[in-house]
Amino acid sequence: MPKDQTIRKVLVIGSGPIVIGQAAEFDYAGAQACRVLKQEGINVVLVNSNPATIMTDQHLADEIYLEPLNATTVRRIIEKERPDGLIAGLGGQTGLTLAMQLSRDGTLNEFGVRLLGSPIEAIEKAEDREKFRETMLNAGQPCVPSGIAETLDTALAVAKRIGYPVIVRPAYTLGGSGGGIATNEEEMHQIARGGLDASPITQILVEKCISGWKEIEFETMRDAKGNVIAVCSMENVDPVGIHTGDSVVVAPALTLSDKEYQMLRTASLDIISAIGIVGGCNCQFALNPDSFEYAVIEVNPRVSRSSALASKATGYPIAKMTTRLALGYSLDEIMNDITGKTCACFEPTVDYVVVKFPKWPFDKFYGSSRRLGTQMKATGEVMAIGQRFEEALMKAVRGAEISLDTLNAPPLTDEPLRERLARQDDRRLFTVFEALKSGISVDEIFEITKIDRFFLYRLRAMAETEMKAEKNGLQPGDYEIFKKMGYPDEAIRRISGASSVPGWQMSYKMVDTCGAEFAAETPYFYSCTDKACESRSLKRSGRPVVIVLGSGPIRIGQGIEFDYSSVHCVWTLRQIGYDVVIINNNPETVSTDYDTADRLYFEPLTPEDVWNIIQVEKPVGVVVAFGGQTAIKLTGFLADQGIPILGTSAESIDIAEDRERFDALLEHFGIRRPRGMAVRTLEEAVAAAEELGYPVLLRPSYVIGGQNMTISRSREKTMDYMRRILAGGIENPVLIDQYLPGVELEVDVISDGTDVLIPGIMEHIERAGVHSGDSIAVYPPFNLTVKFQEKICDISAKLALALGTHGLVNIQYLIFDNELYVIEVNPRASRTVPYISKVTGVPMVDLASRVMLGEPLKKMGYGNGLYPAPPYCAIKVPVFSFEKLNDADSILGPEMKSTGEVLGIGITKAEALFKGLSAAGFSLPTAREKTHTGVLLSVEDEDFPDAITVAKRCYDLGIRLFATKDTARAISSVGIHVSPVADPSSSDEITHLMENGDVSYIIYTGAVKDDTVGDYTVLHRKAMVLGIPCMTSLDTANALMDILGSRFTPENTALVDINHMRR
Amino acid sequence: MAYLVLSNGMIFEGKRIGATRNRIGELVFTTGMEGYLETLTDPSYYGQIVTQTFPLIGNYGVIEEDFEGNSTLFGYIVRELCDTPSNFRSAYPLNDYLVAKGIPGLCGVDTREIVRITREEGVMNAMICDEIPEDLSAIRTFRVEKAVDTVSGNEKYTCPADGKEKYRVALIDYGAKHNIIRSLQKRGCSVTVWPARTPAKEILSSVPDGIMLSNGPGDPKENSFCIEELRKIIGVKPTFGICLGHQLVALALGGNTVKLKYGHRGGNQPVRDLSSGRTYITSQNHGYAVVADSLKGIGIESFRNANDNSCEGMEYPEKNCFTVQFHPEAASGPRDTGILFDRFVQRMEEEKHA
Repeated sequence: MPKDQTIRKVLVIGSGPIVIGQAAEFDYAGAQACRVLKQEGINVVLVNSNPATIMTDQHLADEIYLEPLNATTVRRIIEKERPDGLIAGLGGQTGLTLAMQLSRDGTLNEFGVRLLGSPIEAIEKAEDREKFRETMLNAGQPCVPSGIAETLDTALAVAKRIGYPVIVRPAYTLGGSGGGIATNEEEMHQIARGGLDASPITQILVEKCISGWKEIEFETMRDAKGNVIAVCSMENVDPVGIHTGDSVVVAPALTLSDKEYQMLRTASLDIISAIGIVGGCNCQFALNPDSFEYAVIEVNPRVSRSSALASKATGYPIAKMTTRLALGYSLDEIMNDITGKTCACFEPTVDYVVVKFPKWPFDKFYGSSRRLGTQMKATGEVMAIGQRFEEALMKAVRGAEISLDTLNAPPLTDEPLRERLARQDDRRLFTVFEALKSGISVDEIFEITKIDRFFLYRLRAMAETEMKAEKNGLQPGDYEIFKKMGYPDEAIRRISGASSVPGWQMSYKMVDTCGAEFAAETPYFYSCTDKACESRSLKRSGRPVVIVLGSGPIRIGQGIEFDYSSVHCVWTLRQIGYDVVIINNNPETVSTDYDTADRLYFEPLTPEDVWNIIQVEKPVGVVVAFGGQTAIKLTGFLADQGIPILGTSAESIDIAEDRERFDALLEHFGIRRPRGMAVRTLEEAVAAAEELGYPVLLRPSYVIGGQNMTISRSREKTMDYMRRILAGGIENPVLIDQYLPGVELEVDVISDGTDVLIPGIMEHIERAGVHSGDSIAVYPPFNLTVKFQEKICDISAKLALALGTHGLVNIQYLIFDNELYVIEVNPRASRTVPYISKVTGVPMVDLASRVMLGEPLKKMGYGNGLYPAPPYCAIKVPVFSFEKLNDADSILGPEMKSTGEVLGIGITKAEALFKGLSAAGFSLPTAREKTHTGVLLSVEDEDFPDAITVAKRCYDLGIRLFATKDTARAISSVGIHVSPVADPSSSDEITHLMENGDVSYIIYTGAVKDDTVGDYTVLHRKAMVLGIPCMTSLDTANALMDILGSRFTPENTALVDINHMRR
Repeated sequence: MAYLVLSNGMIFEGKRIGATRNRIGELVFTTGMEGYLETLTDPSYYGQIVTQTFPLIGNYGVIEEDFEGNSTLFGYIVRELCDTPSNFRSAYPLNDYLVAKGIPGLCGVDTREIVRITREEGVMNAMICDEIPEDLSAIRTFRVEKAVDTVSGNEKYTCPADGKEKYRVALIDYGAKHNIIRSLQKRGCSVTVWPARTPAKEILSSVPDGIMLSNGPGDPKENSFCIEELRKIIGVKPTFGICLGHQLVALALGGNTVKLKYGHRGGNQPVRDLSSGRTYITSQNHGYAVVADSLKGIGIESFRNANDNSCEGMEYPEKNCFTVQFHPEAASGPRDTGILFDRFVQRMEEEKHA
């Protein structure tokens, strides 16, 4: 079937902010979809609330709405734009759920919008538990014994019938949030109740626990003609019981015989045929390791994290193909992009092994449980390609940026090894390795972990190789064995004690979908130890080569924004005429798409791995400015090797990060900064803090996202902090600064060495002390005097020039007591670059990339100073994933905790904020509900004055006030009526109020007292379940009052198409 | 250190696996990611040195019930051979099997480079050896000969139908994979397996309901006896040919076959069903192909390879015979075209009522 010519205008729904379970993979999928649609000459209307995405970039769609992803807003966009069709399968669970809502409520019918791709019946067959089971039954596919429950009693009855242990899965949630395994009735009470609460339709699936079975996935595709293919199989190294997003995964499956493999492949193809999928679909199976018994676990009728992984693992572009199939093409009509001459209706074969390793946020949430289960906790992942499992695994581990380049990780607790081995946590792999080294047998480890012996034997071989070299040094032949297992030279030297190693040059092989059966046109490489190198033998264009370093796995503090910047840099450099090479290891991203750069190296971003590529590519320069801290971290190494760094020099980067050199620079210009010192020991820290005066801000130097940053108000806390940091071993000193709770401002500037362009200034709603990534940022600033604005522009220019910046620099300011302070200068692309680029229309990365290569700003038509602001207000609101990390301390502070962000664009600040907060998932009352709104306040003594201001505003708005004892006393002392409530630790009163719907918002401060953090965590968890927003900053609360006092509703906000914004 | 010496003079280093003898064969590659046991026991590989493109071979050890026939290949080249297999059915490591069957092989070889060379220069001969020969003429002059004669059985035997016998099928064994027999048994056929050199008269005198022509090794054109006998068989009863069976029918009916540059071996080949428009993923193992144009007016091309447009199947309506180049019996590989056995059974059923 050729393309359906009646489709002229298509609405694409994105997946919104990055949260755990829904990360950059949907930007990759969405960006591919938009490009395919544009190529087909279709008018693309895009809605996505996430400004950090590439898909929301000017030229990827015709109309772009950075609007909240809710049914009301999308309906209004449909009404305005009148698309012919809607693509739902590429926007994750968010996009799919929205499409189903719009189909059910009749919107799609009303406006004649066709759902492209899988029909609604198919989506329901996969998504609705009951229909799914019925479909599987009819298709002869076994499901896990289970039952659906909508009440606690039914849940308990079902569990009793099936027999414990059981798994609870809430309906319609992403990343399996709110589920869990119950081993007895008592646990079931708690888990079932949590699951029912988590499900938007109060429904859970209770199913037999098959923990320990193999977990196998197939990524499949089907077209409307009925052609079916299995793109890739994947095997979770961790057996069933750990969410696939938290498992180490290999592709293809490595432990299945043809009989098992074909049984499951056939099953997956039968399933997608029975459901009627059109496009990509993920099928997950549990396979009994001792028989051919299997069960279908889950079917995702859309592209997913797994499909992104499968695409990168095989080279087969699932999202692109899904889009084409949605337009009416059939698989056999499409050519395989990679070979350019074979049919896309085939199954990729690989001649390497792929390992995916998750990236968890536990480093950000000190003290929170590292245990893994059915609820996903990873924020991102890395992928690695090798010719052996060991090689791919080693690359994955060292690329995950967890300070490891082997599997030897020091245990985090002093519990006995066997106890740690039994625990399913993020350290499992390393604990297994430790166990093998300590002589525990493969069989015993298998009994405890149920990790297939195939993998354990491999790990044992690695352990034995290491132990031999540790004992005997590097014997002849050992080096080769190590290299084939993927060990970097550095690790081989360290393990064997050898002073020198042969230092093999690495070769590069192609990922080509076909095991070299056909010549490939897409230079997508991975390293290996073979002699024959396909990169070296590749015919080059002769243009100068530039290497752009990517930003690695998505994590808190370094998200999709950096991929946006890296990709833009690549595009610009290609346009200028360079042969651009990208190195990155994140399978979820656009940067690792095979046609983003001229050549892609899917490799870890470590000095050794990057150096090996440099040997082959011989670049004229390397770009580090866009890959976040991952890339910046390599600057020193590259400079030492004499590799030119494009843009800001290594020297300048060092000045910005080196305390003393930076202070000297500021002093030279008479610029203030909070006083501070650099310390290396506990004693120095205590002395420094006392000299500066509490409160102080503590952090290690050279960090991003405020990793390990804290505000200390006491000697005890300072000592605590230092002990923790020193235990981890630090290379660089710890910085101690005066903590000044002023207004924070932020600028991203571009300097060419002569001129300095300031695209925009952002003002934070929250005072300093809340990490800038967790603050609500307003552009243009709402409370900045002309005097300070001029001063900021002046200082920014001076600093950018003095640092010799060539490209982007991010500067953070603080106004305290009518004084301007500089807090931080980062000579690289920052988190806010995509946001400011989109709302100002200044192509910041493009300009910065050109500047790096010597083009002056003037020549590009951009002048000096502050760029004029558009007649809009654009507000960035952070989004958190505490639903998935429900024991994490959610009180905002100097350590960044948000996983993503959304943008609200409005004519006024209140409108922008309204849209921003609703896009971030804040439930905002309608006009009618406002009279029933209640606010609970519980703040620290020092916050009483601010709390009283908030209380007064609530009072004026007719909002009911509740407050804990001391707070209530402070508020009523100024004559405002408030209902006092008991502390959460002493009674259930607050819980009851919340459950009764009397409390709509919670405002809580108390972060500094460790003893009350636990109370708050419990309160917050309950609030999350009930959808009650919690604020830990009174500034956020004040902003909320602005909105509650405004006239805005989802029905009356202006829909802003950023491609046609008034400038 | 041992070597794989190609007839073009290229040399690959590797380590010995399997039997330690030197051996010359035709160097081919298969892209199947699993199913090495089926590959090793597929008689169609007679005379060939088989390279596995998937780098990890032997992960699930040896499972004898998965064997498809006797191992008749001449050599085996892998990147890495697993000596610590894991699977609930695994009996022993793969290397033990290679040794027991006298199959020499190499591991630690850059198998991808072999594929790249074969892809560019076409299929060629090679030798597994411990010392590099100065004179390559032995390698260059090697030919796969008397392939079918060697692999076909000497005695006829009968396999009963699963359940009640509905049809009796005569299978001519040119090197048949067991799963062809199992696929028929499952569908209620008893299968009598006839050696390839059985005269047509003898087979027909057993009055089967249908004739199944199996896969097999080598150049189809060298089987003049089989081709001659086929002429007498085709048209008598519903006939279904697979792989070599497909090629021999074409030759028997006056068509032509050609040698492909490097063949199709693996489990991911797309094949178009020209009558329905569907495209199926198939299992394949062949170095020769039927020239569809050479059968104009005699047969109708029914399947075509979606990559290189080579002929993948013929329908001979007047002869009640259909043949395919790919392997609907799978093992290893996708089972998506198993429906062709249903078609064969249906034709036998129709013939009964004709």
